[in-house]
Amino acid sequence: MIVHARISALNESRWYEYGARFALGGMTTLIAGVISDRFGPETGGLFLAFPAIFCASATLIETHERKRKKEHGVDGYRRGTDAAALDASGAALGGIGLAGFGLIVWLLAPDHSLMSFVIASVTWVVISIASWRLHQKFRHSGK
Amino acid sequence: MDYALRFLAGGLMVTAFAILGDVLRPKSFAGLFGAAPSVAVATLSLALFKQGGIYVSVEGRSMMIGALALAIYSVVVCQLLMRLRASAIMATVSALAVWFALSLGFKQLLIG
Repeated sequence: MIVHARISALNESRWYEYGARFALGGMTTLIAGVISDRFGPETGGLFLAFPAIFCASATLIETHERKRKKEHGVDGYRRGTDAAALDASGAALGGIGLAGFGLIVWLLAPDHSLMSFVIASVTWVVISIASWRLHQKFRHSGK
Repeated sequence: MDYALRFLAGGLMVTAFAILGDVLRPKSFAGLFGAAPSVAVATLSLALFKQGGIYVSVEGRSMMIGALALAIYSVVVCQLLMRLRASAIMATVSALAVWFALSLGFKQLLIG
């Protein structure tokens, strides 16, 4: 399956949906910082991988998919749920990449502070894409 | 001021990754961005300038545990959606209990 960008998908989202994600992202970052200040970085660090944004994204994907099907006169409940499930399977693979990001920061941050972020970000991209491709390969070979 | 900066940085990073996730296809690939390091980059960058590399390193170690919990959480959400046909809001919110249990449990077990 070829990865591509569909710019017209941006028209499906309303401005307030981006506003909600901005607010949710801001709040999650704020709360993660407050928890780190209050309970220490050992506990605060956990919340850098808190799935708040994923909750919002999955719900929006489901809503958009159902709306699209409804416009074609079809009940889109099942299609909306399937779309959200696909998003969740991707997030599971991205979570593995995120663990790689954390590992690099853990190992490199004391000596190579800023560079560790660059290497960690590249690690996230590489692990996420590699695990997605592997998942696709096994899914299609299993059919 | 510090909190306002955190809010702004986190909001901007999350929105940027959300836009990427919206335009990319197929949907399973776009889903990768649901676990993008948006909150992490914003928080760790600010922590680096305020508290230094050692502090950031400790946060990174815990983040690794939280991320593995996120991966398992996402699998649970996927199963709730596919097998029980739960709505997205019901599946993602109810499975948060799994994320809390796993991340806090693993943290207690591995770090103390």
